[in-house]
Amino acid sequence: MTPGSPTADPHPVHEAEDPHLAKKKFLHDAAEHVRDTSHRAFVRKALGGYYTSRDTQKARYRDWEQARDAASLAKWSAVNRLDELLPRFVAAFEANGGKVHWARTADEARDIILGLLRAVKAKAVIKSKCMTSEEIHLNAAMEQDGYGVVESDLGEFIQQLRGEPPYHFVFPCMHVRRDEISDLFGKHLGTPPTDSPEELTMIARRHMRRLYVDADVGITGANFLVAETGQISITENEGNARLTAALPRVHIALAGIEKVVANLDDLAVLLPMLATAGAGQPMTCYNTLYAGPRRPGECDGPEEMHLVLLDNSRTAILADPEQRDSLHCIRCGACLNVCPIFKNVGGFTYGTTYQGPIGSVITPHLRGLADWNHLSGASSLCGACTDACPVRIDIHHHLLHNRRNAARSTPNRLERLGHRLFVTVASRPWLYAAGGAVFRNTLWLMKKLRPPLLRDWLATRDLPPAPPRSFRSEWRSRS
Amino acid sequence: MARVLERLGHACEFRPAQTCCGQPSFNAGYWDEARTVASRAVEVFRGAEAVVGPSGSCVAMMRVFYPQLLAGTPHEAAALDLATRTFEFGEFLVDKLDVTDVGARFPHKVTYHDGCHGLRELRIKEAPRKLLRAVQDLELVECDEAESCCGFGGLFSVKYPMISTAMAEVKGSSLVRTACDYIVSSDPTCQLQLDGWLSRQRQKPRTIHLAEVLAGADT
Repeated sequence: MTPGSPTADPHPVHEAEDPHLAKKKFLHDAAEHVRDTSHRAFVRKALGGYYTSRDTQKARYRDWEQARDAASLAKWSAVNRLDELLPRFVAAFEANGGKVHWARTADEARDIILGLLRAVKAKAVIKSKCMTSEEIHLNAAMEQDGYGVVESDLGEFIQQLRGEPPYHFVFPCMHVRRDEISDLFGKHLGTPPTDSPEELTMIARRHMRRLYVDADVGITGANFLVAETGQISITENEGNARLTAALPRVHIALAGIEKVVANLDDLAVLLPMLATAGAGQPMTCYNTLYAGPRRPGECDGPEEMHLVLLDNSRTAILADPEQRDSLHCIRCGACLNVCPIFKNVGGFTYGTTYQGPIGSVITPHLRGLADWNHLSGASSLCGACTDACPVRIDIHHHLLHNRRNAARSTPNRLERLGHRLFVTVASRPWLYAAGGAVFRNTLWLMKKLRPPLLRDWLATRDLPPAPPRSFRSEWRSRS
Repeated sequence: MARVLERLGHACEFRPAQTCCGQPSFNAGYWDEARTVASRAVEVFRGAEAVVGPSGSCVAMMRVFYPQLLAGTPHEAAALDLATRTFEFGEFLVDKLDVTDVGARFPHKVTYHDGCHGLRELRIKEAPRKLLRAVQDLELVECDEAESCCGFGGLFSVKYPMISTAMAEVKGSSLVRTACDYIVSSDPTCQLQLDGWLSRQRQKPRTIHLAEVLAGADT
């Protein structure tokens, strides 16, 4: 059964129809969101609690910066040895009794999973949180094929009932107020209104327990794939992923190929970093290693365990030495939590599976630079993301790299002309000084004429009058 | 800035051949264009003992990004050499000259706005605060969004004006809450953004450059 409306397609924008549609929509939605000051204040307040707990937990590390080095190195050495570690992981995983399926694209991954559902004659599917499944639009595909699917993560469940994609890839419903959740449960589950977070959690839990038993397939993501042991590591706070993986007859996990790490030692570095950077926790409540289906003599676990390993442009990122480190991402969401753009435009405005700074870096690789470079442009390059990243991805500089790549591959002629004119002026000191003089003497007029760009400034901000003299002339007269 | 440095006994020159550092084109992705400007700049500043700038952003461009931009060009060595000699003003005083008290007096309550390039590309956090604490009769307070961006971001401020303004609002409101008389900054472009928003909102505090505060000697 499916509660509520089908999960909305997280990507309502179809690039092919209008190459600028994604950008237009972004600008429109950003302007709309920025006007909603109470929503922005709500999100800021929600993140305020995170900053406090994150800083408390960071202080417990002997040296957080050194821990970042270690975490970065663990991911770096794995990403740069994928050719060696992936086969090692696969061999160990299959030796444990699991079955690996390789998917080059989102389409292939969906087909594999739908094929598995048909093969095991699935009737009901339960899912735990998996952003990779959002990336391949899995829920929509399953529903189209007639499979009921229920999100078992509380945040994702709320978003499923609301018919919305996740607002934030770690905190899917961080934008939803408690009373809205109460109303939502009242409407879909018939429960009485309550203001207690514990009661709201219990409502979802009671509803969910039956579904775990009814489901014959459980779909999960994977936070890490341990090459040494062939285990899948899943991190969660609610225990729902454990039930999703263990109760149904068949467990299907979906993960990007970059999730592999060399060994349990590296995992031991990364798990607490993920918890602290992502949610301000010392450790996430449940960190579980899954090592294959139920073995003879074991009393629980699925009969079959499948892992779909997804490329979907990850190898293209791997082939780009400059941005390869974006594959280090452990999807902790720390960069979103500190990003002034995210906090002011909100998660939906991005129109992407992965919101925030890391989403702005990788979305052009996943879905095309020409259509998605505007996300790299929509940044003041303040660098808060890079400082927050537990695995030291050079996030904000990659936004610069995307801008450069886009200016090369699809230059805006007018813009390029402007920059060439600027170079002409900046290469000749006399012309530069003359340009300054023209600017000083015509600024008052420009303020009246309000040409584009200046108009955009003046709409919300004042501009001081131009200084009467140039620095050059002042310097000349002082000596 | 020159007045402060000269008061400390240093000789300042201004090379009229210098123009812009090229950051607008660099940040917009037009690296070939920016490279032309950068190649020129590294030559203009050749031979200077130290190049001191009143903007963390321009200094970050020259120190952090020139070596990347000019890598593999005939100007690479000059860019790397310039990077070792280029300093932001406050950082130069404190970290290079080992000076914190420049003998200034400024009887006002102020807060310091960290420009992102200074803070995160150059890792300057304490230097300007040390300088301000040494100023006679100056009261330094911190705002609750001290490390948040003002939202300027160069062309970002006019290409995405609504986001830029929302950021100015968050930062500006936090600055206003400190009830300070002045917002001290080491970046004229942050000043442009913050003053632009504060003035439109009819809020009292205005920005002032760190050099202006330090030059305000009570002699």
